[in-house]
Amino acid sequence: MAKDKQNYFASLGIDGRLLGMIGALVALWVMFDLITGGRFITPRNLFNLSVQTASVAVMATGMVFVIVTRNIDLSVGSLLGFVGMMMGALQVYFLPDLVGGGHWSIWIITCLFGVTLGAIIGSFQGWVIGYLAVPAFIVTLGGFLVWRGAAWWVTSGQTVAPLDPVFKLLGGGVEGTLGESLSWALGVFATLAALWLLYLSRKRKLAHGFLVKPFWVELTVAGIIGVVIVGYAAFMNAYPIPARAAKRIYENKGLELPDGGSALVYGIAIPVVILLIVAIIMTFLAKRTRFGRYVFATGGNPDAAELSGINTRMLTVKIFALMGALTAIAAIIASARLGSADNNLGNLDELRVIAAAVIGGSALSGGFGTIHGAILGALIMQSLQSGMAMVGVDAPLQSIVVGVVLVLAVYVDIAYRRRAGL
Amino acid sequence: MENQTPLVEMRDMHIAFGGNKAVDQVSIDLYSGEVVGLLGHNGAGKSTLIKMLSGAYKADGGEILINGELVEINNPRDARGYKIETIYQTLALADNLDAGSNLFLGRELLTPFGFVDDDAMEAETRKIMSRLNPNFQTFSAPVSTLSGGQRQSVAIARAVYFNAKILIMDEPTAALGPQETQMVAELVQKLKAEGLGIFLISHDIHDVMELCDRISVMKNGKLVGTVRVEDVNDDDILGMIILGKKPMKNTS
Ligand SMILES: Nc1ncnc2c1ncn2[C@@H]1O[C@H](COP(=O)(O)OP(=O)(O)OP(=O)(O)O)[C@@H](O)[C@H]1O
Ligand SMILES: [Mg+2]
Repeated sequence: MAKDKQNYFASLGIDGRLLGMIGALVALWVMFDLITGGRFITPRNLFNLSVQTASVAVMATGMVFVIVTRNIDLSVGSLLGFVGMMMGALQVYFLPDLVGGGHWSIWIITCLFGVTLGAIIGSFQGWVIGYLAVPAFIVTLGGFLVWRGAAWWVTSGQTVAPLDPVFKLLGGGVEGTLGESLSWALGVFATLAALWLLYLSRKRKLAHGFLVKPFWVELTVAGIIGVVIVGYAAFMNAYPIPARAAKRIYENKGLELPDGGSALVYGIAIPVVILLIVAIIMTFLAKRTRFGRYVFATGGNPDAAELSGINTRMLTVKIFALMGALTAIAAIIASARLGSADNNLGNLDELRVIAAAVIGGSALSGGFGTIHGAILGALIMQSLQSGMAMVGVDAPLQSIVVGVVLVLAVYVDIAYRRRAGL
Repeated sequence: MENQTPLVEMRDMHIAFGGNKAVDQVSIDLYSGEVVGLLGHNGAGKSTLIKMLSGAYKADGGEILINGELVEINNPRDARGYKIETIYQTLALADNLDAGSNLFLGRELLTPFGFVDDDAMEAETRKIMSRLNPNFQTFSAPVSTLSGGQRQSVAIARAVYFNAKILIMDEPTAALGPQETQMVAELVQKLKAEGLGIFLISHDIHDVMELCDRISVMKNGKLVGTVRVEDVNDDDILGMIILGKKPMKNTS
């Protein structure tokens, strides 16, 4: 019976696992909304939730590749701290002397520097893992200690502030959003792009004479995607900017606050846009490039990958370089959001990132994992934590719940895979 | 045949794992349009010998000549470059990927923009499978969900698809049913007629006598001898495998 249902979903090309995760997320949201008397599913809360999720989710997409190839990266939290401090020191202490304070190029130079630094450190760790054959667990455990210590050394523990104003927009504050019209535009554009891709894929399959999903299934999937994307944009556009902040924005533009208050709204936050771009690129890498194919092949059977001529050592270097670069992007988001860089940046993030990837279906035994799953995993974790905080659950109980949920989620995943015969 | 240049010549190959001499000064050769059987007890060193040709292991010593030219084979990519294809005893499939991804692993078909073209690979896989094993129908599931014989078909298809000149088959029919085994036998005959050279490792003496032109027998890492099939009978071969003694009328 259950097997029939599974086959039915499979024949429709619907991933039962994905449905389960979406179901769990919706259940969580509805539950918290009921308990808090309607304070959870509000534009304001979902805005904060999406911004809080962005940094961990960006790293989780990279952790998928790491875990798929049977590795682990325990150093991402510390590396985030170190890269964040380096970027902070660069834009506050060095660049103003070099290009002049408040110069337009400061944020660009800072971001390029951060991502390059992250990639270099990541590839070094990957080289030790791939070429010197030291287990990833050990190398990145070392990295966990090294980069946290190094983060302190950058400024001898001093907090770096204030960060460059344009850089801070990348963290998604009051002004770090797309605003109303751009949010609508992005929503519509993303929906059209998704539909276009679905159409192209169907056309390609038909051209080869393959079986395609029933048309109504494709239509339903397309409809759901559209509703979710446009709905999210609409929701974010329903979050008004508070009167005092709105007044400041108008004044900065040299305008008068209109009568009857401002109509300014937040719209989609820039960190969410960054996450969206990262998600698209990573999904593309995973599914449509040789690199992604080799990542999964190596995870499924390292010997077979070697015998097929894949240079699995170099692949390891590339995967950890990518992880380092994504960690740097997360560091940009996290420090920009805070408006400063301090030695605590990214503390415990490695655990959140690994948990997100694993809840999202990345199997530590290798070979399985998806980008969208990891992002959903990050969102579920963050929803759980925000929700419990809002309900007023004590911090110790919060961590107990998160721990239990993590183990439970992985158990369900294993049971699901066994039933599916994978 | 003896006076033309061999397609493959392996001279004095040796390799040791720790103190264990897995292959010890073995020399064998292979001509195009010929099938050479490799026989021997479990652990005799058959798989290890051919892995030095396929690039899976780097030899401790010895020479490999292809068409009379000395070559260096340091990794599987080198071997593929010399048109050597291998069906490994372990099949060497990535279990989490589908048949097409496995067939083209390391040699993916790309779209004009350089992206992996899964649909084209599936179409090609369907084509070759319809010739090799018409019963094979599972193209989009991970190969871990396939039967042993279906998995073996995928490994065979991979070795045959890329127009090999030299084909290494390490127990290619171990998991196959009688009908599929028969099809592999026909495939071997056909490829041989096309001028390929084939190394065939098998434990089935009957199969080997049927398909091979010559047979090399190994024991404890050493070559016992190489004989022409028409010069020996099953008992001679058994004697070589078990006792390690060459039959009297050995001519080659
Ligand atoms: N990677 C390795 N590391 C250590 N020892 C190995 C390795 N590969 C093979 N050997 C050893 O080399 C010897 C020959 O093994 P091989 O696999 O070549 O035997 P075989 O003739 O193919 O046997 P079978 O008929 O069982 O397949 C064995 O003693 C084996 O233990
Ligand atoms: Mg063997």
